[in-house]
Amino acid sequence: MSNQALLEVKELKQYFPIKGGVFGRTVNHVKAVDDISFTVNEGETVSIVGESGCGKSTTGRAILRLDNPYSGNVLFEGEDLISLSKAQMRKKRKDLQIIFQDPYASLNPRQTVSQILEEAMEIQSVVPRKDRRKKIQELLETVGIGAHQMDRYPHEFSGGQRQRIGIARALSVNPKLIVCDEAVSALDVSIQAQVLNLLKDLQRQFKLTYLFISHDLGVVRHISDRIIVMYLGKIVEIADKKALFDDPKHPYTQALLSAIPSTNIAEKKERIILKGDVPSPIDPPVGCRFHTRCPYAFERCAVEEPKLMNVGNGGFQQVACHLMDEQAK
Amino acid sequence: MDHQPQIETMAVNPARPENSRALRWKSFYKKLAKNKAALAGAFIILVFALLAIFAPLIAPHNPSTFDLPNKLQPPSSDNWLGTDDKGRDILSRILYGSRISLVVGILSTILGALVGIILGIVSGYYGKWVDTLIMRICDVLLAFPGILLALAIVSVLGASTTNVIIAVAFYAIPTFARIVRGSTLTVKKLEYIDAIKAMGARDTRIIFRHILPNIMSPIIVQSTLYIASAIITASALSFLGMGTKPPTPEWGTMLAQGRSYVAQAPHLTIFPGLVILLVVVGFNLFGDGLRDALDPRSKK
Repeated sequence: MSNQALLEVKELKQYFPIKGGVFGRTVNHVKAVDDISFTVNEGETVSIVGESGCGKSTTGRAILRLDNPYSGNVLFEGEDLISLSKAQMRKKRKDLQIIFQDPYASLNPRQTVSQILEEAMEIQSVVPRKDRRKKIQELLETVGIGAHQMDRYPHEFSGGQRQRIGIARALSVNPKLIVCDEAVSALDVSIQAQVLNLLKDLQRQFKLTYLFISHDLGVVRHISDRIIVMYLGKIVEIADKKALFDDPKHPYTQALLSAIPSTNIAEKKERIILKGDVPSPIDPPVGCRFHTRCPYAFERCAVEEPKLMNVGNGGFQQVACHLMDEQAK
Repeated sequence: MDHQPQIETMAVNPARPENSRALRWKSFYKKLAKNKAALAGAFIILVFALLAIFAPLIAPHNPSTFDLPNKLQPPSSDNWLGTDDKGRDILSRILYGSRISLVVGILSTILGALVGIILGIVSGYYGKWVDTLIMRICDVLLAFPGILLALAIVSVLGASTTNVIIAVAFYAIPTFARIVRGSTLTVKKLEYIDAIKAMGARDTRIIFRHILPNIMSPIIVQSTLYIASAIITASALSFLGMGTKPPTPEWGTMLAQGRSYVAQAPHLTIFPGLVILLVVVGFNLFGDGLRDALDPRSKK
């Protein structure tokens, strides 16, 4: 793993307008992602975890400009994707691909597998026409689908196989970064493991970088190098996998980790139960967004927004929490 | 969109999954074949189509030849459906008239559907002010009763068969635009559209290769049903003297001419009226059957 930054997200904001009134004026915004910054290095797998609605998928879509972000920069190999024109971005998409959650909705039901893959190659013109058929066979074999199945329609495959086809589609243009948006969440646990291992193998084989979006900490633990924990549109903690799982600093991360069911009966874990619901992203709490549910919250949390700061001893760990300050004193 | 029937066919015939397109058609035919009403509709349409095509061969008389001594004759062995006020054979006139009615019905539907599909997709795909503009215009058009709008258009353009086609097609536009817009909104939110966007596809490719094929079923159903109302509207226009001009055999015109003789010679109006009814019922039955066969949710 090199330390060359492949993707840099800077102060990314994604606000969705809420239209109201007779004239459809913008009355308010859903602040789905609110000012987040992080870096993904080449060859690395960075995961974003958090509960539903915390903005993890929105972040992925904003990076790929499937929804244009409200503000901020997305630097890919040092080039700002947000400032690219539509045509320039179309070319750039060759390097950034995405794998979706729902294997039943992510493949066009009226195209055969080979048509799906061929179209991808045609759009980005990565493979000359005469070599495409051979390349498709290779790709399918790579993701574990027999080449004889290339002329079948998506509905003739199982969920796991479809997800493999989705992966093959993403690979067909030789991307550098793949955003996996809940890529295994819709699959059975046994199939999940197979697909995760496939993703790991492919990473080694093609030197891929993954931005892995998931709510499943078990999956994240299996695949990630670094983990970003999000809560209500903000990053609360970024850390190396080991640091995060061994010594979570942010109270939210602690609560999240305590929710992983354990198979070890001897190991008694104290489950941290958070009170109340996630506040609305339309009108998020002032100060620290987590202070309304945080068991350790004090006055400062409701007033001042905590910044991400380094707390790692040796490894990489950044936390946005005022408690860190207090402990340091 | 149609997962259900496909999975169904898989279960029925797992041995030959290679030929999936054929299987999908097979399941579609099976469903349609089970629907007796739809079959009856298809049969009626087919019969009228054949009659229209082979009218010159089948028609026992020339539809335009006057035979004044023989006028207003009731049905007989020579004139199966009788003769009209100028002694012309009604059966022959109906046969020739089916050409005009079917052509007007089908052409105006195709024309209206084409424009409606384009407007609907643009509206649904691009959204925002384009959507608002197109949909408000459609609302305005839909606020007029169909026949009134058609009358207005024909009175501006002048009465002729071509102008009837234009007028009837015009009224089809907002109906198709709305249906297509709705389906586009559903399909464009699916992940495979995002996937192809992430691949770097242009809007035209997304629209024509990925959205359009997946919204064809409602369009086909609506087209079949619309042909029926197009035939009625076209006949109504001719009946009112705003459509096909009298010497040409046309069902609506025949009705209008026979109107004065309803008491003495009711066959002048009964037979053209009956064929209009029959064709319209045929298209409606077939359209309903298509809808059931193409909609995976309606499993009987």
